[in-house]
Amino acid sequence: MKAKIEVFLKPEVLDPQGETIKRALHTLGYETVKEVRQGKVFYIDLEDENPEKVIEEIARKVLSNPVIEDFRWEIEK
Amino acid sequence: MGNRKVRFGVVVFPGTNCDRDTYHVIQDVAGEEVVYLWHGERDLKGSRVVVLPGGFSYGDYLRSGAIARFSPIMEAVREFAEEGGLVLGICNGFQILLEAGLLPGAMLRNRGLRFICRFEDLVVENDETPFTLLYQRGERIRMPIAHIDGNYFAEPRALAELEGRRGVVFRYLKNPNGSLNDIAGIINPRGNVMGLMPHPERASEAELGSTDGLRMFLSAARYVRES
Repeated sequence: MKAKIEVFLKPEVLDPQGETIKRALHTLGYETVKEVRQGKVFYIDLEDENPEKVIEEIARKVLSNPVIEDFRWEIEK
Repeated sequence: MGNRKVRFGVVVFPGTNCDRDTYHVIQDVAGEEVVYLWHGERDLKGSRVVVLPGGFSYGDYLRSGAIARFSPIMEAVREFAEEGGLVLGICNGFQILLEAGLLPGAMLRNRGLRFICRFEDLVVENDETPFTLLYQRGERIRMPIAHIDGNYFAEPRALAELEGRRGVVFRYLKNPNGSLNDIAGIINPRGNVMGLMPHPERASEAELGSTDGLRMFLSAARYVRES
């Protein structure tokens, strides 16, 4: 089965990369863009009897840093 | 212990690149004993001070320091720290200590998104740590920085706790990277694990423009000899 895990900065954490992308978009004329937040996506292929537990654990322990990031995941069966 | 040399251990991960400079300064300038500690090992080889040097461990993939913290050697470093052993993280080594949870907070990308490599002026905020015994509180020193992820972040409560216990050891005089409260280096509550973004090993010989970093290694050695 395949899992998709998204990791993104917490709302209260400044995202300098997102800010820079937003400014570039404004320069290009996309002035309706109000905010850009940059994140990461991981696609994991695994065979496990309890994939929810494993994916949650991987996302929490390794793929995200709980000080600055949140995550969400879904399993595509 | 008298004048016996203090043994330092310099940890080497794949992608570490300041290990040789650090080794050289400890051995040839500070005049202490030093050994390399390979990331795949669990033996600290009798080191009294463990240094996690700068570089790009595991290519800084995922997040700076994120993969290195799962290395076998880090289990030994964690146990050593829990027993009160001295651990110094420089630049990428600091990032690894943050990822490992041995120090509070996290690093964000620099405010200006640039990799910054230049000398910075710092203020010594705490001269009562094992790593800063030979500095004076309020003293201004110069050391180079070389990083893109040095923008220190901690949530408000953690930051207040850090400041309240005088956990900030060095601050930038002119904030180069957006770091909260101009933080350049911090220490844990027990006072045996310190991390900083500037490179003391690159500021330990007059030929390189500053010798302000040398006292950090000398301080740690003196602390171990006198304890």
